[in-house]
Amino acid sequence: MQINDEEVLHIAKLARLKLKDDELENYKKNLQEILDFADTINHVNTDNIGETIGINENYNVFRKDEIHQENNREELLKNAPSQDEGMFRIPKVIN
Amino acid sequence: MPREDYETVIGLEVHCELSTKTKIFCSCPTEFGGEPNTHCCPICMAMPGTLPVLNEKVVEYAVKAGLATNCKIAQNSKNDRKNYFYPDLPKAYQISQYDMPLCYEGKVEIDAENGEKKTIRITRIHIEEDAGKLNHDEYGRGSFVDLNRAGVPLIEVVSEPDLRSAEEAESYLRKLKAIFEYIQVSDCKMQEGSLRADVNVSVRKKGTTEFGTRTEMKNMNSFRSIVRAIKYEADRQIEEIENGNKITQETLRWDDISGKTFPMRDKEDAQDYRYFPDPDLVAIKLSDEYIENIKKELPELPEIKKARYIKDFELSEKAANFVTSSKYYSDIFDVATEKSNNPKAVSNWLMSDIARILNEKEEEADKIPFTGEDLGELVQLIDKGTISNSIGKKVLDELFENPKSPSKIIEEKGWVQISDEGAIKEVVLRIIENNPQSVADYKAGKDKAVGFLVGQAMKETKGKANPQMLNQMFIEELKK
Ligand SMILES: [Zn+2]
Repeated sequence: MQINDEEVLHIAKLARLKLKDDELENYKKNLQEILDFADTINHVNTDNIGETIGINENYNVFRKDEIHQENNREELLKNAPSQDEGMFRIPKVIN
Repeated sequence: MPREDYETVIGLEVHCELSTKTKIFCSCPTEFGGEPNTHCCPICMAMPGTLPVLNEKVVEYAVKAGLATNCKIAQNSKNDRKNYFYPDLPKAYQISQYDMPLCYEGKVEIDAENGEKKTIRITRIHIEEDAGKLNHDEYGRGSFVDLNRAGVPLIEVVSEPDLRSAEEAESYLRKLKAIFEYIQVSDCKMQEGSLRADVNVSVRKKGTTEFGTRTEMKNMNSFRSIVRAIKYEADRQIEEIENGNKITQETLRWDDISGKTFPMRDKEDAQDYRYFPDPDLVAIKLSDEYIENIKKELPELPEIKKARYIKDFELSEKAANFVTSSKYYSDIFDVATEKSNNPKAVSNWLMSDIARILNEKEEEADKIPFTGEDLGELVQLIDKGTISNSIGKKVLDELFENPKSPSKIIEEKGWVQISDEGAIKEVVLRIIENNPQSVADYKAGKDKAVGFLVGQAMKETKGKANPQMLNQMFIEELKK
């Protein structure tokens, strides 16, 4: 699979990245390498191997519905660049 | 082309918060409210290095919801990441389900406007996590993120575009709400946002089968706004088409105050969520036995309950429909009927006065502040003749404002019915003396004059006199 400029720009937009022209080439090259690497798996012989859902054969890893309240807001907010009244403060968001 | 030549096509995506004790992927409480960011941990705050673990109750509740809406249950299912940036979504992706939802191909029946039953198909029900909440202050200092709600489990119920009017959309939503209340997977409180709907609307000329271009209105959270928004949006689209314009597929914001829809700002961003399987989570595999066991535990659903009420209590179709339209109503009905042994009176109170008061307050049945026991006692007090029906209404008002046992209310307010013959006779004689015209009317053969006199006597006793006794005594006295 070949990646084109348009696709790179679209992904950059989704990732909220502004790319300069020289960066575009670089990203395209890197992404192409990742795609080529992942393409290896398309050539593996999977005859007689059952279909799996997800990345391994584990399933049904569940938790009981029991509350463990940590209540350490101060700790959780400690690294926030800005906070106020127990909340993360961020630039104003308008809907 | 007139309005009547178009039909509206509506599909709903209903989000419903599950009433599990803890969040979907961590052990924080799901309880509504609370000080900001106190129902949070490193997992639901998306701290690096944390891992989600699925709450088993979420799967159980979603399967219950699926079975109660006649869905097929997937034996193999998984979680996927839906990627987008928004400040209320700390991971920058929502864990949801993409191509393998837990439940699919369901249906519910609604009462259509022509009085007939109509089947609304459900495409799928999947599990996902709720986002946090943004608060804004009026000084423009910024926005403030509270993640208490982040990670609260949701089911999303997607319908096929089978709904053809705002009224049908409302009755479908009410039906889902009733079902989910009955099976106790959600408290479905629209005001608290535990039930919300995204509404897809398009219009087309009647008789055509192709769908028109649709628009979507997100996060509607009251029945009234949903109905208004659908009507407004359908009319707007018809007008556009009549004026020769094309409908743009876009997401709209409904504004309750102006009663209009507006395009959302980020509409030029084509939605591209880049779904992929969440590598932090493993497959969900459900055995036939697991599904069967949940099926066996399902409680009586509204349709079945309705049939039973009609058969056992001889309620009318209309009354049974109403009482089973919400679990909050039918729970009150069950207890009040048990206590008073008068199912018809109980259903009448629910359908008329209680529904009217809720309507005036713009509230739903979950906001009834008194118990079934209280309503049962009220009905009993009237049946025993301790209070009249009109005093009963005053007691009900009081139950809404300041709930306590009705016998206590009438005792404190001095509302006990006057059934003492001497006292009633005194009133009757006085009214007869003061209303010679009515007396003359009665003697001239106008039987209706008695009604007027009884009314006067009720007025004088502030509704406390026993109306049957008054009626009898007036006739006796007038015949003398
Ligand atoms: Zn948490």
